[in-house]
Amino acid sequence: MNLAKIKEILKADLIVGSSLEREIKMICACDLMSDVLSCVQTRFSSLLLTNLIHPQTVRTAEIAEIPAICFMRGKEPQDLTMDLAKKNDIVLLSTSFSLYEASGRLYEEGLPGCSEYREAK
Amino acid sequence: MSPYVKAPKIRELGYELKVRDAMDRNLITVQPETPMSKVRGVLRSNRISGIPVIDKDKLVGVVCVEDLVNWLRAGADNCSVEEKMSKNVVTLYTDEPLIHAINKLEQYGFFHFPVLERENRVLAGTITREGIIRGLLKKLEIDYREEEIRHYRASHVFEDMIADKTSLIFQYYVVGQDFNRAGESASALKKTLKRLGTHPEIVRRAAIAVYEAEMNLVIFARSGEIIVKVDPNQIRIEVEDSGPGIPDIEKAMQPGYSTAPNWVRELGFGAGMGLNNIKKCVDEMNVTSTVGKGTRVEMYVATKKESVSYEVKGTG
Ligand SMILES: Nc1ncnc2c1ncn2[C@@H]1O[C@H](COP(=O)(O)OP(=O)(O)OP(=O)(O)O)[C@@H](O)[C@H]1O
Ligand SMILES: [Mg+2]
Repeated sequence: MNLAKIKEILKADLIVGSSLEREIKMICACDLMSDVLSCVQTRFSSLLLTNLIHPQTVRTAEIAEIPAICFMRGKEPQDLTMDLAKKNDIVLLSTSFSLYEASGRLYEEGLPGCSEYREAK
Repeated sequence: MSPYVKAPKIRELGYELKVRDAMDRNLITVQPETPMSKVRGVLRSNRISGIPVIDKDKLVGVVCVEDLVNWLRAGADNCSVEEKMSKNVVTLYTDEPLIHAINKLEQYGFFHFPVLERENRVLAGTITREGIIRGLLKKLEIDYREEEIRHYRASHVFEDMIADKTSLIFQYYVVGQDFNRAGESASALKKTLKRLGTHPEIVRRAAIAVYEAEMNLVIFARSGEIIVKVDPNQIRIEVEDSGPGIPDIEKAMQPGYSTAPNWVRELGFGAGMGLNNIKKCVDEMNVTSTVGKGTRVEMYVATKKESVSYEVKGTG
């Protein structure tokens, strides 16, 4: 599923990024950075759903090669977070749904979590 | 918008390139007093669809195929270009971003625009769709070549050096407690390893391991250092700090064990998974620590092609 469709499902706003064509194959919904680093197995194709809006979230995504992040409950990140995202070509979205609601909506549309995605391969 | 403007890479290049980079400098012009009967020959022999009309260096109009057709249809009477040319000419400046030219071509549906020097409004060239495409392709090729050369140079470093054994050493100094800069070393090392032509999966594993160790350094210590030694066959990473040390390393290695303070947890760290993640990412890991003195995490990642596994070890 591409980011444009995900943006639609989550009724999300685009905060940083120019292209929403990127294909997303799995979702990582999590507020623990070490979990993000250990759970995302396949590069370039996962979306991170998180409540954390500080720059370290983007840094973690950069290291884990996650191409897109969506923040929950309408949270908007600081400038530093946005700058880092721009520099690393990471798309930032913001939705008014909570982590649970957003996860549920995407799961219903058939997007798996990372451990399931691995099993399916 | 034309389809090629929608592609983000093209749009990016459209801002980077200037009109002058893509314009045709081969100036074919006519004067206002040139007879209309000559226009056809000029258009045809130069395979162009419009000609700028110049009066003493100044652009006064453009005569194009459409003007010629209209003139022929009206009986082709004897007259000068001045009487039949379009006088309201849309122009571009040499220093405008190329994206303006692309947008204008789209907006007006023309095939060409005269390009002027901004200072003196002297005609400098013409811009056409063909020229734009050529300019974009040339830029893409140059970018591609440069990246290839950089990559080639880096990945051949080991072969080009004359020695019995060659290693590269990268050092990063890390400031503790500074969360805004935390992770910069891991990020820098990741880019460096990529440039060296290291296998992407190896780069990723090394980057995750260094990032976790760097975060621990930033959270628990005041300062420290990361030393990376790259050999043809392996990468050795040492993350050393002068922090409080770890009293019980075995316990610290257990998933879920964490002494991270609350402010760190609010930032998404302190799950007690870091050291465990490192272990999964590297081929060998040694932690040594002295309470009150500091901690040293040593990691090895093999870089030989055969040893590349596409999954992080021990998960599932
Ligand atoms: N450089 C260090 N100096 C002092 N103590 C450390 C250091 N690195 C790790 N520790 C100790 O080991 C524990 C476990 O570390 P680990 O990286 O596995 O988890 P964490 O940092 O607490 O949480 P996470 O990495 O999931 O964000 C830490 O909570 C801390 O007590
Ligand atoms: Mg840690």
